[in-house]
Amino acid sequence: MTGWLDALIQGILLGGLYALFAAGLSLIFGVMRLVNLAHGDLIVLAAFAILVLAERLGLDPFAATLAALPVMFVAGFALQYVLLNRTLGRDLLPPLLVTFGLSIIIQNGLLQFFSADSQRLRSGAIETASIALGGGIAVGVVPLLTLLSAISVIVILNLVFYRTPLGRAFRATSDDLEVAQLMGIDHSRIFAIAMGLACIMVTVAALYLGLRANFDPTIGPARLLYAFEAVIIGGLGSFWGTLAGGIVLGLAQSIGARIDPEWQILSGHLAFLVVLALRPRGLFPRALD
Amino acid sequence: MTGDGAPPTPQTFRIETAGGAARAAAAGACVILLLLAALPAFAGRDLIEDLIFLFYMLALAQCWNLLAGYAGLISVGQQAFVGLGGYLLFALTLWGGLDPLFAIPIAGAVSALLALPTALVVFRLRGAYFAIGTWVVAEVYRLAFAQIKDLGGGTGTALAPSVTSAALGIDRVKSLLDVRTPAARDIVSYWIALALMAGTLAVIYAILRSRRGLALGAIRDQEAAAAGLGVDIYRIKLAVYVASAAMTGMVGALIYLQKARISPDAAFSVLDWTAYVIFIVVIGGIGTMEGPVVGTIIFYLMQHYLADFGASYLILLGTLGIIVMLFAPRGIWGFVSERTNLTLFPTRRRLVVDGGDGEA
Repeated sequence: MTGWLDALIQGILLGGLYALFAAGLSLIFGVMRLVNLAHGDLIVLAAFAILVLAERLGLDPFAATLAALPVMFVAGFALQYVLLNRTLGRDLLPPLLVTFGLSIIIQNGLLQFFSADSQRLRSGAIETASIALGGGIAVGVVPLLTLLSAISVIVILNLVFYRTPLGRAFRATSDDLEVAQLMGIDHSRIFAIAMGLACIMVTVAALYLGLRANFDPTIGPARLLYAFEAVIIGGLGSFWGTLAGGIVLGLAQSIGARIDPEWQILSGHLAFLVVLALRPRGLFPRALD
Repeated sequence: MTGDGAPPTPQTFRIETAGGAARAAAAGACVILLLLAALPAFAGRDLIEDLIFLFYMLALAQCWNLLAGYAGLISVGQQAFVGLGGYLLFALTLWGGLDPLFAIPIAGAVSALLALPTALVVFRLRGAYFAIGTWVVAEVYRLAFAQIKDLGGGTGTALAPSVTSAALGIDRVKSLLDVRTPAARDIVSYWIALALMAGTLAVIYAILRSRRGLALGAIRDQEAAAAGLGVDIYRIKLAVYVASAAMTGMVGALIYLQKARISPDAAFSVLDWTAYVIFIVVIGGIGTMEGPVVGTIIFYLMQHYLADFGASYLILLGTLGIIVMLFAPRGIWGFVSERTNLTLFPTRRRLVVDGGDGEA
């Protein structure tokens, strides 16, 4: 019994990580209907950026993440402004193929620079620290921080999206691009800011990715799939839905792993397909399409 | 306007697809096919092995082009059917003791059968979401096959030479061309690859020139308008998805007959069976039948001369793909045919006026 309860708790905490992976994807879909196939590779890129900053400047990973945030914001802004804005239009193919190409470039660029070795962000005692809940169940401090960060990110994202002038511009371009342009919104800049913000969330996700487990340049696509599954399970266009989707995915994986460790990833994918078959618009849909 | 009393000359109309260049190309294609079929009589083993690779990549590229270029189904998960075909070949020959030659069409049929339930789920996703959905399905297949311990689990397994050498006709080839068993095996694989490639081309060409093909062209140009004119979009897309799964599955079976060794990571590799294929189609020209041919030849040359550069080669491929997508979205063939009006596989219908001024 304790084992199953433990699996549930660990699954919810793991869901926090997946929600962090998914938050950026959810935002850029909401604002510009862009599906970024390089999203997972951007997470891995951010993890390497944190690693390099931590090693070169002798910083703790948390401090290195603070240093990486502006860098990743600028990178995301430039990526959208220079490259991805050119691909947006009626045709689906260009954004998909350009981001797919980008995914291959980032993956192999990282392989070139850092080799295929596994890396990890080292943060001393906090990595292994845990809080006992009694009854033989304990939760790790890092997984708990991950979930709390995910909740904070979703709260802040909702505040920005629904309570600020920037959020109004996001919603306006999302609802009707042409009318938004008529109202004087510079959509290229708005899209670039959205991608910059997405990259900030990607960097937060990368911190916890690197603290919780090993990473190497090839693991990006799997993170993209988890992020995508969380967004679809939760329902397009709802940030709280994305958090819920992440937790459903995390639960499915940890329950699967409890039955047989080899089934962890497979049961996550299967849960996604079941949700898709039964509730194709996700659990908490807001947006159409 | 014929206002001076003379009756207008009677005109008849015909709908034509083939032009002069295309008829020449069709004749040329038959000659090339015959020459390729006879090639093993004088070519060395290296050339035969290179051509097998070229043929199966071309067949995969045509299948993906049919999906993405015509039916608007941008799949990033075609490796699901390559791997499925490969594993089915292994299962049928290792467990069923079947001749590999018969295992290939069965692998195609089973792939088509499994494509149906797959489609029911992934077709719920549209556009870009469909793409990632197909990728998830391919991962499910990969992880599921990694669980089958009798097929080597996560590390994979190999076909014993006794199985691959048992294929029908190998003894004939040995005595006919006076070669040893490994070479005869390559030659049989080569003929299967040639037949699959030519068959895929012929099937897709036939589809595109049929009524269905007209509907597909309409979907490609403007899906909503096609639906408005009475095209049953769902059914046509489903048919195309299942047909390309069958062809991809057969090609996958051939690929792993040739490789004689299979593992889940290689058989369901998104890079080998989807990324390269997308690159071929985009560089060559999506939405045409000539494009994948051009793309496969370019890809083969790059693979041959640059693959040793490893990661930088892949960075180059990715960059080239992005540049072509941004600046020449119709690829090399689109660039050529816009300027020369040349088509070798004509699928477009033209109205020809007999007794009038000519083509309209």
